[in-house]
Amino acid sequence: MGTAVSYPSLVPLLAVLSSTAAIPLILLSRRHPNLREFWTIAAAVAKFCLILSLLPGTLAGRNAVIRVLTVFPGVDIALRADPLGVLFALIASGLWILTSFYSIGYVRGAREHKQTRYFASFALCLSATIGVAFAANLLTFVLFYEILTIATYPLVVHKETPVSIDAGRKYLVYTLSAGVFLIAGTLYTYHLCGPLDFTAGGLIPSGVLTARSALALFAFLMLGVGVKAAIMPLHSWLPAAMAAPTPVSALLHAVAVVKSGVFGVIRMVGFVFGPGILRQFSLQQILIPAAAITIIAASLIALKQDNLKRRLAYSTVAHLSYIVLGASLLTPRALTGALAHILFHATMKITLFFAAGAIYVNLHKENISEMNGIGRTMPWTMGAFAVGAVGLAGIPPVNGFISKWYLVWGSLDGGLWVPVAVLVLSGLLNVAYFFPIVYIAFFRKGGKELDRKGEAPLTMVIPLVLTALLSLILGFYPDFPLAFFKLIDRISTGVMGGLS
Amino acid sequence: MTELSQHSPALIPLLYLAMAILLPILSLKTDRVAYGYTLAGVFLATVIAGFNVSRILDGSVLHYHFGGWIPPLGIEYVLDPLSAFVTVVINFIALMVLWHSRFPVILEIREKKAPYYAIVLLMLCGFNGIVLTGDFFNLYVFLEISSLSLYGLVAIGEKKSPVAAFRYLMMGAVAASFYLLGVGFLYLETGSLNMADLTRILPVLGEQPSVIVALALMVMGMGIKMALFPLHGWLPDAYTYAPTTTSSLVAPTGTKVGAYVLLRILLFVFGIKFITQAVAIGRVITWLAALGILYGSIMAMTQREMKRMLAYSSIAQIGYIALGIGLGNRWALTGALFHILNHAFMKSLLFLVSGNLRLKLGHSTIPQLDHSVRKKMPWTCAAFTVGALSMVGLPPTAGFFSKLYLVLGTIESSDWAFLGVLLLSSLLNAVYFFRVLEKMYLRPRGKKPGSRDIQSREAPASMLVPTLVLALGILMIGILNFFIVNRLLGLIRPEGLG
Repeated sequence: MGTAVSYPSLVPLLAVLSSTAAIPLILLSRRHPNLREFWTIAAAVAKFCLILSLLPGTLAGRNAVIRVLTVFPGVDIALRADPLGVLFALIASGLWILTSFYSIGYVRGAREHKQTRYFASFALCLSATIGVAFAANLLTFVLFYEILTIATYPLVVHKETPVSIDAGRKYLVYTLSAGVFLIAGTLYTYHLCGPLDFTAGGLIPSGVLTARSALALFAFLMLGVGVKAAIMPLHSWLPAAMAAPTPVSALLHAVAVVKSGVFGVIRMVGFVFGPGILRQFSLQQILIPAAAITIIAASLIALKQDNLKRRLAYSTVAHLSYIVLGASLLTPRALTGALAHILFHATMKITLFFAAGAIYVNLHKENISEMNGIGRTMPWTMGAFAVGAVGLAGIPPVNGFISKWYLVWGSLDGGLWVPVAVLVLSGLLNVAYFFPIVYIAFFRKGGKELDRKGEAPLTMVIPLVLTALLSLILGFYPDFPLAFFKLIDRISTGVMGGLS
Repeated sequence: MTELSQHSPALIPLLYLAMAILLPILSLKTDRVAYGYTLAGVFLATVIAGFNVSRILDGSVLHYHFGGWIPPLGIEYVLDPLSAFVTVVINFIALMVLWHSRFPVILEIREKKAPYYAIVLLMLCGFNGIVLTGDFFNLYVFLEISSLSLYGLVAIGEKKSPVAAFRYLMMGAVAASFYLLGVGFLYLETGSLNMADLTRILPVLGEQPSVIVALALMVMGMGIKMALFPLHGWLPDAYTYAPTTTSSLVAPTGTKVGAYVLLRILLFVFGIKFITQAVAIGRVITWLAALGILYGSIMAMTQREMKRMLAYSSIAQIGYIALGIGLGNRWALTGALFHILNHAFMKSLLFLVSGNLRLKLGHSTIPQLDHSVRKKMPWTCAAFTVGALSMVGLPPTAGFFSKLYLVLGTIESSDWAFLGVLLLSSLLNAVYFFRVLEKMYLRPRGKKPGSRDIQSREAPASMLVPTLVLALGILMIGILNFFIVNRLLGLIRPEGLG
């Protein structure tokens, strides 16, 4: 595979802006819910198509680039559709389409208030997420990362109850603190190196860093992205943020926001420091134990949660650290596993959240202890839930198996046994905290309140069945709808190319 | 026009002076003209200031000699990039605030409308004069003109305002004496009052004790005027109890003028070499600034009254500017200059919002705000949100970029403590602004016996439009930041800047 070339194109910018452009339309049609939701769907489809149009070029090694404005000498606000960016953007925007349909069913079913603000904030979040994905340099990344923080806030506090306001505060304290570390790290990098363009294999020239400055820079940048990636002990905003409506938890707290965090980790590891410098200063030795501890600890905490969404949140914390672990092992296969898990965890976890939301809207149940027998009432929903649970436990044939396989393989490549043990143990813990839900849903007898209930609205059931189906299909053909695995392969080779 | 344009450095102060004198005469019979007249004058001054900026963009410096006397004997006005930049900021902000002032002045000042506007014009004459003059004694004269007007503008406010004004007067008088004493020392030692002249003489003189004393005295004086911690004692009361228009006008411009003088003295007249090697005054200022940033932010968090919160926040923000000046490297200076512009926009916007709330709700007490405010005044609340996000330093607002430059400045000079202070302060800002936003947007309406806020709607256009223009300005400055920094602020380069 030759080196990537760049060509100027407006498409990345349009992809970022397309959902922002929908915001005025959403606000203007606030009195006509159907028209308003049409704009959301239209923006989601347009965004996805724009990003899709970038895929062939990126696979062929040609990256679309656009420079918007100059901020510092040598540093622009610039967007670049490199393989990693396209992968993340495709996942986020593709799942946004499904989430939009699901949201419509959810907010109408749950009679949420302030639906206009909800859809408008959602659109802004997606703009920021795609901006994070396509950011060509560290400064642009920071810019969109901070916008994402702010755009998510109205969604976290959406219910306007004391609990959600507290959750919003917690969320801001964590993410804004992370933001200042990220800014400090970015500017320190600028001070040391000058240009900030993400480069596969690392942008920091060797010989610039000393052991101390490398550690300081690594700490700044990792604290910056570590909060959204929910690495322990920076994770506790995420369970609190479950106060948000379920579609928000589904897309933002399982895909867009938290994946921006792990995406950031991969950017820092693979495109800022690079495997060479990380190994030189043994910086990955900090990240590997942190991720391993997070995986086990979060899984153990998940076991004890009775609230379904909180259990899912802790499971997300654990699975995000799979990706962090994969990135920090610094072997090509582990990185492949990490990148695949970004996609696979997204499809599986969004299924589970969709199911949780469907249960809430349909049966007004949030706690697992009340879910006896709901599988008979909502077979499709709970069937999809079971698929997601099997996948997250890493059991074939669902896609979660593949990413886990690569992660294990990658840590063996690196000669490390502890991560292997952690992954195996975590798989067992996943079984322990997900399977009882499936069990009681299908095999316990439900109460009388279930008698005259059926499935949730179709706008909710169809998306969640689709994501479950997608998880299954990806388990057999990882390249099926789009050439995801080719993309992942390109990223791995780009980052690790010089080393293995 | 070419005739006129040669006089452009002196045009703005003279215009304000003439207008301030004419206004009381014009309004002998009726004070109806006062608002429009003042607005027209400030508009004209803003146009001239904008025109002035366009003339120095090629890097040229215009000199105007009063009465044809050649300096150092005569008084000289200098239009260089720095003074052009600061005057355009002052006058534009004054234009917006005075546009907004129609109803607040009717409501709060009532029958003293014409004198109020006359004093406002006089104060603006002083501010512009301070910035444009190239002579240290003339600067003192304008300083007194503006300060005396300012005491009057503060004292005309609420019941407690005369006390606040008196306190301000005492401290202001001390400040002016310090400054004048410093100028006296300089004159004794050098025989000159002209800034350009002194710039040439001082390096020859070297580190004379009397020169150092002069510098210390002048910095002390200006420290009080710009409310540099711990010399800020007058500010919170003065800003809180002054009428809406006064605080919205003075908070963004008055302290900036002090900051301008400090910048002029330290980096241009005495020079970076002097303030870093001869005496570590730059160092002292940075530490005071850092303490001020923390003090102002922490105090702001505890305030109930929005105007008072904004006043304490001003102390912190002045600290940002002073920190940038004191660090004395190119990034920090860019950050300080850019923050002069940004803070002027943000603070005037936020004070105007508090004015809108006072007019429509009858108060601007933070614990009493609830989400009915957002329903009644959606635009005012949106403008407040923009200002608040910018104060916290979140993209894409202007505040994000001045934070970037200042942080880069601390990294450039490896001052990790100050880096920590800046980062911490941005979080503290988030705390006290989100406290208000949370109330404004999310707090359920309390059960209160029917007050007059039931029927009230959004503020009138004359108040709303300037507020929104400023909010839009904050976003535009954020987006166009490189253009401003490169084309205009890049021209402001003191000698020996690292």
